[in-house]
Amino acid sequence: MIWLTWRQFRAQTAVAVTALTAFAVILGVTGPDLAHAYAASGLASCRGNCTSLSGTFLSQVRSDAVYPLLYFAGGAALYLTPALIGIFWGAPLVTRELEAGTLRLAWNHSVTRTRWMAAKLGLIGLAAMATAGLLSLMVTWWSGPIDQAGGFPVTMGQLSRFSPLVFDARGFAPVGYAAFAFTLGVTVGVLTRRTLPAMAIVLACVAVVQLGWPTVVRPHLIPPATSTGTVSVNLSTARVGHEGELAVPVTGMPGAWIISNQTITPSGRVFVLPDVAACSTGTQQQCDRFLATQHLRRRITYQPASRFWAFQAYETAILAVLSLALAGFCVWWIRSRRLAR
Amino acid sequence: MTAIIEARGLGKQYRSRWALIDCTLSIPAGHVVGLVGPNGAGKTTLLHLVTGLLTPTAGTIEVAGGRPAASGAQLARVGFVAQDTPVYAAFSIADHLRLGAHLNPGWDAKLAADRIRRLGLDPASKAGRLSGGQRAQLALTLAIAKRPELLILDEPVASLDPLARRDFLRDLTDAVAEHHVSVVLSSHLVSDLERACDYLVVLTAAHVRLTGEVADLLTAYRQQAGMQADLEDLVLACLSQPADHHRYAPEENR
Repeated sequence: MIWLTWRQFRAQTAVAVTALTAFAVILGVTGPDLAHAYAASGLASCRGNCTSLSGTFLSQVRSDAVYPLLYFAGGAALYLTPALIGIFWGAPLVTRELEAGTLRLAWNHSVTRTRWMAAKLGLIGLAAMATAGLLSLMVTWWSGPIDQAGGFPVTMGQLSRFSPLVFDARGFAPVGYAAFAFTLGVTVGVLTRRTLPAMAIVLACVAVVQLGWPTVVRPHLIPPATSTGTVSVNLSTARVGHEGELAVPVTGMPGAWIISNQTITPSGRVFVLPDVAACSTGTQQQCDRFLATQHLRRRITYQPASRFWAFQAYETAILAVLSLALAGFCVWWIRSRRLAR
Repeated sequence: MTAIIEARGLGKQYRSRWALIDCTLSIPAGHVVGLVGPNGAGKTTLLHLVTGLLTPTAGTIEVAGGRPAASGAQLARVGFVAQDTPVYAAFSIADHLRLGAHLNPGWDAKLAADRIRRLGLDPASKAGRLSGGQRAQLALTLAIAKRPELLILDEPVASLDPLARRDFLRDLTDAVAEHHVSVVLSSHLVSDLERACDYLVVLTAAHVRLTGEVADLLTAYRQQAGMQADLEDLVLACLSQPADHHRYAPEENR
Protein backbone atom coordinates (compact mmCIF):
# COMPACT_ATOMS: atom_id res chain seq x y z
CA MET A 1 0.00 0.00 0.00
CA ILE A 2 2.91 2.36 0.72
CA TRP A 3 4.18 1.89 -2.81
CA LEU A 4 0.75 2.39 -4.40
CA THR A 5 0.00 5.47 -2.29
CA TRP A 6 3.36 6.97 -3.23
CA ARG A 7 2.94 6.11 -6.92
CA GLN A 8 -0.49 7.75 -7.05
CA PHE A 9 0.58 10.74 -4.96
CA ARG A 10 4.02 11.58 -6.35
CA ALA A 11 2.79 14.37 -8.65
CA GLN A 12 1.12 16.12 -5.71
CA THR A 13 4.27 15.58 -3.63
CA ALA A 14 6.33 17.26 -6.36
CA VAL A 15 4.00 20.27 -6.35
CA ALA A 16 4.18 20.56 -2.55
CA VAL A 17 8.00 20.22 -2.49
CA THR A 18 8.36 22.83 -5.26
CA ALA A 19 6.10 25.31 -3.46
CA LEU A 20 7.88 24.76 -0.11
CA THR A 21 11.28 25.16 -1.76
CA ALA A 22 10.25 28.42 -3.42
CA PHE A 23 8.98 29.74 -0.10
CA ALA A 24 12.13 28.60 1.69
CA VAL A 25 14.34 30.43 -0.82
CA ILE A 26 12.36 33.69 -0.70
CA LEU A 27 12.06 33.73 3.10
CA GLY A 28 15.62 32.44 3.55
CA VAL A 29 17.03 35.31 1.46
CA THR A 30 15.03 38.09 3.16
CA GLY A 31 14.72 36.69 6.70
CA PRO A 32 18.29 37.28 7.92
CA ASP A 33 18.09 40.97 6.88
CA LEU A 34 14.89 41.39 8.88
CA ALA A 35 16.47 39.67 11.88
CA HIS A 36 19.51 41.92 11.50
CA ALA A 37 17.31 45.06 11.46
CA TYR A 38 15.65 43.78 14.65
CA ALA A 39 19.00 43.23 16.35
CA ALA A 40 20.17 46.70 15.28
CA SER A 41 17.01 48.32 16.69
CA GLY A 42 18.08 47.43 20.24
CA LEU A 43 14.74 45.74 20.95
CA ALA A 44 16.37 42.43 21.82
CA SER A 45 18.14 43.91 24.84
CA CYS A 46 15.35 46.33 25.80
CA ARG A 47 13.79 45.92 29.27
CA GLY A 48 10.83 47.89 30.53
CA ASN A 49 9.03 50.30 28.20
CA CYS A 50 10.16 49.57 24.66
CA THR A 51 7.27 51.27 22.85
CA SER A 52 9.37 53.85 21.06
CA LEU A 53 12.05 51.33 20.01
CA SER A 54 9.45 48.93 18.59
CA GLY A 55 7.67 51.88 16.93
CA THR A 56 10.87 52.82 15.11
CA PHE A 57 11.57 49.24 14.08
CA LEU A 58 8.02 48.58 12.88
CA SER A 59 7.76 51.78 10.85
CA GLN A 60 11.05 50.77 9.23
CA VAL A 61 9.50 47.37 8.39
CA ARG A 62 6.30 48.97 7.16
CA SER A 63 8.04 51.36 4.80
CA ASP A 64 10.21 48.60 3.31
CA ALA A 65 9.49 47.52 -0.27
CA VAL A 66 9.23 43.77 0.34
CA TYR A 67 8.66 43.08 4.05
CA PRO A 68 4.94 44.02 4.13
CA LEU A 69 4.31 41.98 0.98
CA LEU A 70 6.10 38.91 2.35
CA TYR A 71 4.50 39.29 5.78
CA PHE A 72 0.98 39.15 4.34
CA ALA A 73 1.89 36.59 1.65
CA GLY A 74 3.16 34.24 4.35
CA GLY A 75 -0.04 34.60 6.34
CA ALA A 76 -2.21 34.17 3.26
CA ALA A 77 -0.28 31.06 2.23
CA LEU A 78 -0.91 29.46 5.62
CA TYR A 79 -4.62 30.25 5.43
CA LEU A 80 -4.88 28.88 1.88
CA THR A 81 -2.83 25.73 2.46
CA PRO A 82 -5.49 23.80 4.46
CA ALA A 83 -8.18 24.68 1.90
CA LEU A 84 -5.94 23.62 -1.00
CA ILE A 85 -5.03 20.38 0.76
CA GLY A 86 -8.71 19.62 1.39
CA ILE A 87 -9.67 20.42 -2.19
CA PHE A 88 -6.85 18.81 -4.12
CA TRP A 89 -5.61 16.03 -1.83
CA GLY A 90 -8.65 15.16 0.27
CA ALA A 91 -11.75 15.45 -1.91
CA PRO A 92 -10.47 13.55 -4.97
CA LEU A 93 -8.80 10.76 -2.97
CA VAL A 94 -11.75 8.36 -3.28
CA THR A 95 -14.00 10.15 -5.80
CA ARG A 96 -11.39 10.17 -8.57
CA GLU A 97 -11.08 6.38 -8.35
CA LEU A 98 -14.85 6.04 -8.09
CA GLU A 99 -15.36 8.15 -11.22
CA ALA A 100 -12.67 6.30 -13.17
CA GLY A 101 -13.98 2.93 -11.97
CA THR A 102 -10.53 1.99 -10.66
CA LEU A 103 -11.81 1.22 -7.14
CA ARG A 104 -13.02 -2.06 -8.63
CA LEU A 105 -9.41 -2.70 -9.60
CA ALA A 106 -7.86 -1.43 -6.36
CA TRP A 107 -10.20 -3.34 -4.07
CA ASN A 108 -9.70 -6.75 -5.67
CA HIS A 109 -6.11 -7.28 -4.72
CA SER A 110 -5.21 -9.05 -1.50
CA VAL A 111 -5.58 -5.88 0.58
CA THR A 112 -8.83 -5.18 2.42
CA ARG A 113 -10.66 -1.92 1.91
CA THR A 114 -9.99 -1.02 5.53
CA ARG A 115 -6.23 -1.24 5.02
CA TRP A 116 -6.46 0.56 1.69
CA MET A 117 -8.35 3.48 3.25
CA ALA A 118 -6.24 3.56 6.41
CA ALA A 119 -2.98 3.62 4.44
CA LYS A 120 -4.16 6.41 2.16
CA LEU A 121 -5.52 8.49 5.05
CA GLY A 122 -2.44 7.92 7.18
CA LEU A 123 0.27 8.52 4.61
CA ILE A 124 -1.28 11.44 2.74
CA GLY A 125 -2.54 12.90 6.04
CA LEU A 126 1.06 12.89 7.30
CA ALA A 127 2.20 14.55 4.07
CA ALA A 128 -0.48 17.25 4.52
CA MET A 129 0.59 17.87 8.12
CA ALA A 130 4.27 17.97 7.18
CA THR A 131 3.60 20.46 4.37
CA ALA A 132 1.63 22.83 6.59
CA GLY A 133 4.07 22.33 9.47
CA LEU A 134 7.15 23.18 7.38
CA LEU A 135 5.45 26.22 5.88
CA SER A 136 4.38 27.43 9.32
CA LEU A 137 7.89 26.87 10.66
CA MET A 138 9.34 29.08 7.91
CA VAL A 139 6.72 31.82 8.26
CA THR A 140 6.86 31.80 12.07
CA TRP A 141 10.65 32.08 11.96
CA TRP A 142 10.62 34.84 9.31
CA SER A 143 7.92 36.86 11.14
CA GLY A 144 9.61 36.35 14.52
CA PRO A 145 11.14 39.86 14.75
CA ILE A 146 7.84 41.54 13.79
CA ASP A 147 5.84 39.37 16.22
CA GLN A 148 8.32 40.09 19.04
CA ALA A 149 7.96 43.81 18.41
CA GLY A 150 4.22 43.41 19.06
CA GLY A 151 2.98 42.71 15.56
CA PHE A 152 2.65 44.39 12.20
CA PRO A 153 1.34 47.98 12.55
CA VAL A 154 -2.09 48.60 11.02
CA THR A 155 -4.60 51.47 11.27
CA MET A 156 -6.07 50.33 14.58
CA GLY A 157 -3.08 49.16 16.59
CA GLN A 158 -1.01 46.09 15.78
CA LEU A 159 -1.53 42.62 14.35
CA SER A 160 -0.03 40.60 17.18
CA ARG A 161 0.57 36.89 16.56
CA PHE A 162 -2.34 36.29 18.96
CA SER A 163 -4.82 38.38 16.93
CA PRO A 164 -7.51 36.44 15.03
CA LEU A 165 -6.03 37.28 11.62
CA VAL A 166 -2.55 36.01 12.45
CA PHE A 167 -3.03 33.23 15.00
CA ASP A 168 -3.74 30.42 12.52
CA ALA A 169 -0.66 31.35 10.50
CA ARG A 170 1.80 30.73 13.35
CA GLY A 171 3.07 27.84 15.44
CA PHE A 172 1.54 24.38 15.03
CA ALA A 173 -2.12 25.37 14.52
CA PRO A 174 -1.66 25.07 10.70
CA VAL A 175 -0.74 21.38 11.22
CA GLY A 176 -4.12 20.81 12.89
CA TYR A 177 -5.94 22.70 10.14
CA ALA A 178 -4.16 20.71 7.43
CA ALA A 179 -5.12 17.38 9.05
CA PHE A 180 -8.69 18.57 9.52
CA ALA A 181 -9.09 19.92 5.97
CA PHE A 182 -7.62 16.73 4.47
CA THR A 183 -9.82 14.31 6.41
CA LEU A 184 -12.82 16.57 5.82
CA GLY A 185 -12.07 16.46 2.08
CA VAL A 186 -11.94 12.66 2.05
CA THR A 187 -15.15 12.45 4.12
CA VAL A 188 -17.09 14.83 1.88
CA GLY A 189 -15.78 12.96 -1.17
CA VAL A 190 -16.90 9.62 0.25
CA LEU A 191 -20.36 11.03 1.00
CA THR A 192 -20.95 12.97 -2.24
CA ARG A 193 -19.13 10.43 -4.47
CA ARG A 194 -18.36 13.19 -6.98
CA THR A 195 -15.17 15.26 -7.16
CA LEU A 196 -16.38 18.73 -8.12
CA PRO A 197 -19.23 19.08 -5.60
CA ALA A 198 -16.92 17.65 -2.93
CA MET A 199 -14.27 20.28 -3.74
CA ALA A 200 -16.80 23.12 -3.51
CA ILE A 201 -18.25 21.86 -0.22
CA VAL A 202 -14.77 21.42 1.30
CA LEU A 203 -13.74 24.96 0.31
CA ALA A 204 -16.89 26.37 1.92
CA CYS A 205 -16.52 24.27 5.10
CA VAL A 206 -12.83 25.11 5.61
CA ALA A 207 -13.54 28.82 5.09
CA VAL A 208 -16.43 28.71 7.58
CA VAL A 209 -14.24 26.98 10.19
CA GLN A 210 -11.33 29.40 9.65
CA LEU A 211 -13.61 32.44 9.91
CA GLY A 212 -15.89 31.13 12.64
CA TRP A 213 -13.26 29.66 14.95
CA PRO A 214 -11.71 32.94 16.20
CA THR A 215 -15.12 34.43 16.99
CA VAL A 216 -17.17 31.42 18.10
CA VAL A 217 -14.77 28.88 19.60
CA ARG A 218 -11.40 30.36 20.48
CA PRO A 219 -12.51 33.06 22.98
CA HIS A 220 -14.09 30.35 25.15
CA LEU A 221 -11.16 27.91 25.28
CA ILE A 222 -9.80 29.70 28.36
CA PRO A 223 -11.91 32.38 30.13
CA PRO A 224 -10.46 35.78 29.20
CA ALA A 225 -8.81 38.09 31.74
CA THR A 226 -10.41 41.43 32.53
CA SER A 227 -8.61 44.65 33.36
CA THR A 228 -10.09 47.99 34.35
CA GLY A 229 -8.13 51.20 34.82
CA THR A 230 -8.27 54.95 34.43
CA VAL A 231 -7.80 56.30 30.96
CA SER A 232 -7.43 59.68 29.38
CA VAL A 233 -9.61 59.95 26.32
CA ASN A 234 -8.27 61.81 23.32
CA LEU A 235 -10.59 62.02 20.35
CA SER A 236 -7.68 62.17 17.90
CA THR A 237 -6.76 58.55 18.76
CA ALA A 238 -9.94 57.07 20.25
CA ARG A 239 -12.31 55.19 17.99
CA VAL A 240 -15.96 56.29 18.15
CA GLY A 241 -18.55 53.57 17.59
CA HIS A 242 -21.98 53.72 15.91
CA GLU A 243 -23.82 54.48 19.17
CA GLY A 244 -21.24 57.05 20.31
CA GLU A 245 -19.32 54.61 22.51
CA LEU A 246 -15.56 55.12 22.72
CA ALA A 247 -12.58 52.77 22.46
CA VAL A 248 -9.17 54.05 23.48
CA PRO A 249 -6.34 52.05 21.81
CA VAL A 250 -4.50 49.73 24.20
CA THR A 251 -0.74 50.17 24.48
CA GLY A 252 1.72 48.40 26.73
CA MET A 253 0.26 44.92 26.20
CA PRO A 254 2.43 43.63 23.35
CA GLY A 255 1.34 40.28 22.01
CA ALA A 256 -1.96 40.14 23.90
CA TRP A 257 -5.26 39.37 22.19
CA ILE A 258 -7.70 42.19 23.02
CA ILE A 259 -11.21 40.70 22.77
CA SER A 260 -13.21 43.74 23.88
CA ASN A 261 -12.29 47.31 24.76
CA GLN A 262 -14.91 49.57 26.35
CA THR A 263 -14.81 53.02 27.92
CA ILE A 264 -17.06 53.02 30.99
CA THR A 265 -18.47 55.52 33.45
CA PRO A 266 -17.51 55.41 37.17
CA SER A 267 -20.73 53.45 37.82
CA GLY A 268 -19.57 50.77 35.35
CA ARG A 269 -21.94 51.46 32.45
CA VAL A 270 -20.67 51.80 28.90
CA PHE A 271 -19.98 55.45 28.25
CA VAL A 272 -21.76 57.05 25.26
CA LEU A 273 -20.87 60.50 23.95
CA PRO A 274 -23.60 62.73 25.44
CA ASP A 275 -25.41 65.46 23.58
CA VAL A 276 -23.56 68.33 25.26
CA ALA A 277 -22.52 71.60 23.62
CA ALA A 278 -18.77 70.91 24.10
CA CYS A 279 -18.94 67.77 21.93
CA SER A 280 -21.81 68.53 19.50
CA THR A 281 -20.83 72.04 18.43
CA GLY A 282 -17.46 72.66 20.16
CA THR A 283 -13.93 71.91 18.96
CA GLN A 284 -12.15 68.63 19.59
CA GLN A 285 -10.13 70.24 22.42
CA GLN A 286 -13.31 71.43 24.13
CA CYS A 287 -14.80 67.95 23.91
CA ASP A 288 -11.55 66.36 25.22
CA ARG A 289 -11.62 68.79 28.18
CA PHE A 290 -15.23 67.81 28.88
CA LEU A 291 -14.35 64.10 28.72
CA ALA A 292 -11.45 64.60 31.16
CA THR A 293 -13.96 65.71 33.81
CA GLN A 294 -16.05 62.52 33.49
CA HIS A 295 -13.65 60.14 35.39
CA LEU A 296 -13.84 57.66 32.57
CA ARG A 297 -12.22 54.28 32.86
CA ARG A 298 -11.29 51.60 30.33
CA ARG A 299 -12.42 48.00 30.72
CA ILE A 300 -10.73 45.41 28.47
CA THR A 301 -11.19 41.69 28.24
CA TYR A 302 -8.15 40.00 26.76
CA GLN A 303 -6.01 36.91 26.55
CA PRO A 304 -2.50 37.68 27.85
CA ALA A 305 0.41 37.10 25.48
CA SER A 306 1.68 34.34 27.78
CA ARG A 307 -1.30 32.14 26.84
CA PHE A 308 -0.36 32.04 23.14
CA TRP A 309 1.12 28.52 23.18
CA ALA A 310 -1.64 27.16 25.43
CA PHE A 311 -4.17 28.34 22.84
CA GLN A 312 -2.08 26.87 20.02
CA ALA A 313 -2.05 23.52 21.86
CA TYR A 314 -5.81 23.53 22.58
CA GLU A 315 -6.74 24.45 19.04
CA THR A 316 -4.42 21.90 17.47
CA ALA A 317 -5.60 19.19 19.86
CA ILE A 318 -9.27 19.85 19.07
CA LEU A 319 -8.57 19.79 15.33
CA ALA A 320 -6.53 16.59 15.73
CA VAL A 321 -9.43 14.88 17.54
CA LEU A 322 -11.85 16.07 14.83
CA SER A 323 -9.48 14.76 12.14
CA LEU A 324 -9.21 11.37 13.82
CA ALA A 325 -12.99 11.19 14.10
CA LEU A 326 -13.40 12.04 10.40
CA ALA A 327 -10.74 9.50 9.43
CA GLY A 328 -12.43 6.85 11.54
CA PHE A 329 -15.74 7.69 9.90
CA CYS A 330 -14.19 7.31 6.42
CA VAL A 331 -12.78 3.87 7.26
CA TRP A 332 -16.08 2.77 8.77
CA TRP A 333 -18.07 4.08 5.80
CA ILE A 334 -15.79 2.41 3.24
CA ARG A 335 -16.05 -0.83 5.22
CA SER A 336 -19.79 -0.94 5.72
CA ARG A 337 -21.10 0.84 2.64
CA ARG A 338 -20.25 -0.48 -0.73
CA LEU A 339 -19.10 2.28 -3.04
CA ALA A 340 -18.81 0.20 -6.19
CA ARG A 341 -21.19 1.05 -8.98
CA MET B 1 -16.99 -31.82 -5.58
CA THR B 2 -16.86 -28.74 -3.35
CA ALA B 3 -18.76 -25.62 -4.36
CA ILE B 4 -16.68 -22.59 -5.33
CA ILE B 5 -19.77 -20.34 -5.10
CA GLU B 6 -22.55 -21.16 -2.66
CA ALA B 7 -25.44 -18.69 -2.49
CA ARG B 8 -28.62 -19.14 -0.46
CA GLY B 9 -31.62 -16.86 -0.87
CA LEU B 10 -29.26 -14.10 -2.02
CA GLY B 11 -30.90 -10.73 -2.71
CA LYS B 12 -29.75 -7.16 -3.31
CA GLN B 13 -31.89 -4.05 -3.09
CA TYR B 14 -30.88 -0.61 -4.36
CA ARG B 15 -33.16 1.90 -2.66
CA SER B 16 -36.60 0.61 -3.73
CA ARG B 17 -35.51 -1.61 -6.61
CA TRP B 18 -34.43 -5.24 -6.20
CA ALA B 19 -31.55 -6.01 -8.56
CA LEU B 20 -31.34 -9.65 -7.50
CA ILE B 21 -34.02 -11.74 -5.81
CA ASP B 22 -33.81 -15.07 -3.97
CA CYS B 23 -30.76 -16.36 -5.79
CA THR B 24 -29.76 -19.85 -4.73
CA LEU B 25 -26.74 -21.30 -6.49
CA SER B 26 -24.19 -24.00 -5.87
CA ILE B 27 -21.50 -23.91 -8.51
CA PRO B 28 -18.91 -26.72 -8.31
CA ALA B 29 -15.23 -25.85 -8.60
CA GLY B 30 -13.34 -26.50 -11.82
CA HIS B 31 -15.82 -25.10 -14.32
CA VAL B 32 -15.88 -22.22 -16.73
CA VAL B 33 -19.26 -20.74 -15.88
CA GLY B 34 -21.12 -18.55 -18.33
CA LEU B 35 -23.45 -16.03 -16.69
CA VAL B 36 -25.94 -14.98 -19.34
CA GLY B 37 -28.81 -12.55 -19.30
CA PRO B 38 -30.05 -9.39 -20.99
CA ASN B 39 -28.71 -5.98 -19.98
CA GLY B 40 -30.00 -4.98 -16.56
CA ALA B 41 -30.80 -8.54 -15.51
CA GLY B 42 -28.58 -8.32 -12.44
CA LYS B 43 -25.38 -9.95 -13.72
CA THR B 44 -23.04 -7.24 -12.46
CA THR B 45 -24.88 -7.14 -9.12
CA LEU B 46 -24.42 -10.90 -8.70
CA LEU B 47 -20.73 -10.69 -9.62
CA HIS B 48 -20.16 -7.75 -7.26
CA LEU B 49 -21.78 -9.79 -4.48
CA VAL B 50 -19.41 -12.65 -5.31
CA THR B 51 -16.36 -10.35 -5.16
CA GLY B 52 -17.60 -8.58 -2.03
CA LEU B 53 -17.77 -5.16 -3.69
CA LEU B 54 -21.44 -5.26 -2.63
CA THR B 55 -22.94 -6.79 0.50
CA PRO B 56 -26.21 -8.71 0.22
CA THR B 57 -29.49 -7.23 1.42
CA ALA B 58 -30.85 -10.75 1.95
CA GLY B 59 -29.43 -14.26 2.12
CA THR B 60 -25.84 -15.46 2.33
CA ILE B 61 -22.98 -16.09 -0.03
CA GLU B 62 -19.76 -18.05 0.36
CA VAL B 63 -16.96 -17.99 -2.16
CA ALA B 64 -14.12 -20.51 -1.99
CA GLY B 65 -15.21 -21.33 1.55
CA GLY B 66 -15.32 -17.80 2.99
CA ARG B 67 -17.28 -14.57 3.09
CA PRO B 68 -16.31 -12.40 0.08
CA ALA B 69 -13.63 -9.76 0.73
CA ALA B 70 -13.64 -10.54 4.46
CA SER B 71 -9.83 -10.63 4.73
CA GLY B 72 -6.68 -10.27 2.69
CA ALA B 73 -6.40 -14.05 2.40
CA GLN B 74 -10.00 -14.28 1.16
CA LEU B 75 -9.41 -11.49 -1.37
CA ALA B 76 -6.36 -13.39 -2.62
CA ARG B 77 -8.58 -16.35 -3.58
CA VAL B 78 -10.67 -14.37 -6.07
CA GLY B 79 -9.44 -12.52 -9.14
CA PHE B 80 -11.78 -9.97 -10.71
CA VAL B 81 -11.81 -8.24 -14.07
CA ALA B 82 -14.49 -5.56 -13.73
CA GLN B 83 -16.76 -4.32 -16.49
CA ASP B 84 -15.01 -1.91 -18.92
CA THR B 85 -11.74 -3.34 -17.52
CA PRO B 86 -10.64 -0.34 -15.44
CA VAL B 87 -6.92 0.37 -15.22
CA TYR B 88 -4.96 3.37 -13.94
CA ALA B 89 -4.61 5.55 -17.05
CA ALA B 90 -1.50 7.33 -15.74
CA PHE B 91 0.28 4.08 -14.79
CA SER B 92 2.50 2.21 -17.24
CA ILE B 93 2.01 -1.52 -17.73
CA ALA B 94 5.12 -2.09 -15.59
CA ASP B 95 3.54 0.04 -12.84
CA HIS B 96 0.46 -2.17 -12.90
CA LEU B 97 2.61 -5.27 -12.49
CA ARG B 98 4.48 -3.60 -9.63
CA LEU B 99 1.11 -2.75 -8.06
CA GLY B 100 0.11 -6.40 -8.32
CA ALA B 101 3.40 -7.51 -6.75
CA HIS B 102 3.03 -5.06 -3.84
CA LEU B 103 -0.61 -5.81 -3.07
CA ASN B 104 -0.68 -9.61 -3.49
CA PRO B 105 1.44 -11.98 -1.40
CA GLY B 106 0.88 -14.80 -3.90
CA TRP B 107 1.88 -12.71 -6.91
CA ASP B 108 3.42 -14.68 -9.79
CA ALA B 109 5.80 -12.12 -11.29
CA LYS B 110 7.12 -14.49 -13.92
CA LEU B 111 3.64 -15.38 -15.13
CA ALA B 112 2.71 -11.70 -15.39
CA ALA B 113 5.91 -10.70 -17.22
CA ASP B 114 5.62 -13.68 -19.59
CA ARG B 115 2.01 -12.86 -20.45
CA ILE B 116 2.82 -9.22 -21.19
CA ARG B 117 5.73 -10.27 -23.39
CA ARG B 118 3.65 -12.89 -25.22
CA LEU B 119 0.91 -10.33 -25.87
CA GLY B 120 3.52 -8.06 -27.47
CA LEU B 121 2.89 -5.18 -25.05
CA ASP B 122 5.59 -2.67 -24.15
CA PRO B 123 5.87 -2.54 -20.34
CA ALA B 124 6.76 1.17 -20.51
CA SER B 125 3.61 2.23 -22.34
CA LYS B 126 0.92 4.05 -20.37
CA ALA B 127 -2.25 2.08 -19.72
CA GLY B 128 -4.33 5.08 -20.83
CA ARG B 129 -2.98 4.70 -24.38
CA LEU B 130 -3.83 1.00 -24.78
CA SER B 131 -6.60 -0.23 -27.06
CA GLY B 132 -9.69 -1.79 -25.50
CA GLY B 133 -8.40 -5.28 -26.21
CA GLN B 134 -4.95 -4.56 -24.77
CA ARG B 135 -6.49 -3.01 -21.67
CA ALA B 136 -8.67 -6.09 -21.17
CA GLN B 137 -5.55 -8.25 -21.50
CA LEU B 138 -3.73 -6.15 -18.91
CA ALA B 139 -6.65 -6.42 -16.48
CA LEU B 140 -6.81 -10.19 -17.06
CA THR B 141 -3.05 -10.46 -16.46
CA LEU B 142 -3.41 -8.67 -13.11
CA ALA B 143 -6.27 -10.97 -12.10
CA ILE B 144 -4.51 -14.20 -13.15
CA ALA B 145 -1.06 -13.38 -11.77
CA LYS B 146 -2.38 -13.15 -8.21
CA ARG B 147 -3.06 -16.89 -8.68
CA PRO B 148 -6.70 -16.97 -7.54
CA GLU B 149 -8.85 -20.05 -7.10
CA LEU B 150 -11.73 -18.27 -8.80
CA LEU B 151 -11.50 -15.80 -11.65
CA ILE B 152 -14.46 -13.53 -12.33
CA LEU B 153 -14.86 -11.53 -15.52
CA ASP B 154 -17.72 -9.06 -15.92
CA GLU B 155 -18.53 -8.56 -19.62
CA PRO B 156 -14.84 -8.70 -20.50
CA VAL B 157 -15.39 -8.71 -24.26
CA ALA B 158 -18.39 -6.37 -24.51
CA SER B 159 -16.35 -3.46 -25.81
CA LEU B 160 -14.04 -5.48 -28.06
CA ASP B 161 -14.25 -5.94 -31.82
CA PRO B 162 -14.93 -9.50 -33.04
CA LEU B 163 -11.28 -10.32 -33.67
CA ALA B 164 -10.08 -9.06 -30.27
CA ARG B 165 -13.05 -10.86 -28.72
CA ARG B 166 -12.01 -14.20 -30.23
CA ASP B 167 -8.36 -13.70 -29.23
CA PHE B 168 -9.27 -12.73 -25.69
CA LEU B 169 -11.56 -15.74 -25.17
CA ARG B 170 -9.01 -18.13 -26.69
CA ASP B 171 -6.30 -16.72 -24.45
CA LEU B 172 -8.59 -17.00 -21.43
CA THR B 173 -9.38 -20.64 -22.23
CA ASP B 174 -5.64 -21.41 -22.49
CA ALA B 175 -4.87 -19.64 -19.22
CA VAL B 176 -7.68 -21.51 -17.44
CA ALA B 177 -6.44 -24.86 -18.69
CA GLU B 178 -2.89 -24.02 -17.63
CA HIS B 179 -3.62 -22.74 -14.12
CA HIS B 180 -6.62 -24.91 -13.06
CA VAL B 181 -8.70 -21.98 -11.97
CA SER B 182 -12.51 -21.82 -11.82
CA VAL B 183 -13.99 -19.05 -13.93
CA VAL B 184 -17.23 -17.09 -14.02
CA LEU B 185 -17.68 -15.06 -17.18
CA SER B 186 -20.69 -12.85 -17.85
CA SER B 187 -22.10 -11.71 -21.16
CA HIS B 188 -25.35 -10.77 -22.79
CA LEU B 189 -24.31 -12.71 -25.89
CA VAL B 190 -24.48 -16.50 -25.79
CA SER B 191 -22.16 -16.74 -28.78
CA ASP B 192 -19.35 -15.27 -26.64
CA LEU B 193 -19.69 -18.04 -24.11
CA GLU B 194 -20.55 -20.99 -26.34
CA ARG B 195 -16.94 -21.87 -27.02
CA ALA B 196 -15.51 -21.16 -23.59
CA CYS B 197 -18.09 -22.35 -21.04
CA ASP B 198 -19.08 -25.76 -19.73
CA TYR B 199 -21.52 -24.49 -17.09
CA LEU B 200 -24.37 -22.06 -17.50
CA VAL B 201 -26.30 -19.67 -15.27
CA VAL B 202 -29.13 -17.71 -16.90
CA LEU B 203 -30.33 -14.58 -15.18
CA THR B 204 -33.32 -12.44 -16.20
CA ALA B 205 -35.22 -9.74 -14.38
CA ALA B 206 -33.29 -10.26 -11.13
CA HIS B 207 -34.04 -14.01 -11.00
CA VAL B 208 -31.88 -17.03 -11.74
CA ARG B 209 -33.77 -18.98 -14.45
CA LEU B 210 -31.49 -21.84 -15.26
CA THR B 211 -28.33 -23.34 -13.89
CA GLY B 212 -26.37 -26.46 -14.71
CA GLU B 213 -23.68 -28.06 -16.85
CA VAL B 214 -24.00 -27.14 -20.50
CA ALA B 215 -23.90 -30.76 -21.67
CA ASP B 216 -26.71 -31.83 -19.33
CA LEU B 217 -28.85 -28.82 -20.17
CA LEU B 218 -28.43 -29.38 -23.91
CA THR B 219 -29.26 -33.09 -23.65
CA ALA B 220 -32.46 -32.33 -21.76
CA TYR B 221 -33.42 -29.50 -24.09
CA ARG B 222 -32.79 -31.50 -27.26
CA GLN B 223 -35.28 -34.12 -26.10
CA GLN B 224 -38.07 -31.61 -26.53
CA ALA B 225 -36.70 -29.21 -29.14
CA GLY B 226 -34.90 -31.57 -31.53
CA MET B 227 -31.28 -32.60 -31.98
CA GLN B 228 -30.23 -29.56 -33.98
CA ALA B 229 -31.09 -27.15 -31.13
CA ASP B 230 -28.01 -25.39 -29.76
CA LEU B 231 -27.12 -23.42 -26.65
CA GLU B 232 -28.42 -20.17 -28.11
CA ASP B 233 -31.88 -21.72 -28.75
CA LEU B 234 -31.88 -23.05 -25.21
CA VAL B 235 -31.08 -19.66 -23.67
CA LEU B 236 -33.57 -17.86 -25.89
CA ALA B 237 -36.30 -20.33 -24.93
CA CYS B 238 -35.39 -19.79 -21.31
CA LEU B 239 -35.43 -15.99 -21.62
CA SER B 240 -38.86 -15.98 -23.30
CA GLN B 241 -40.48 -17.86 -20.42
CA PRO B 242 -42.99 -15.75 -18.45
CA ALA B 243 -41.45 -13.91 -15.52
CA ASP B 244 -43.32 -15.77 -12.78
CA HIS B 245 -41.59 -19.07 -13.69
CA HIS B 246 -38.52 -18.95 -11.56
CA ARG B 247 -36.92 -22.01 -13.13
CA TYR B 248 -36.91 -23.29 -16.63
CA ALA B 249 -38.47 -26.71 -17.16
CA PRO B 250 -35.51 -28.84 -18.38
CA GLU B 251 -33.80 -28.67 -15.02
CA GLU B 252 -36.84 -30.17 -13.36
CA ASN B 253 -36.89 -32.97 -15.96
CA ARG B 254 -33.47 -34.16 -14.94
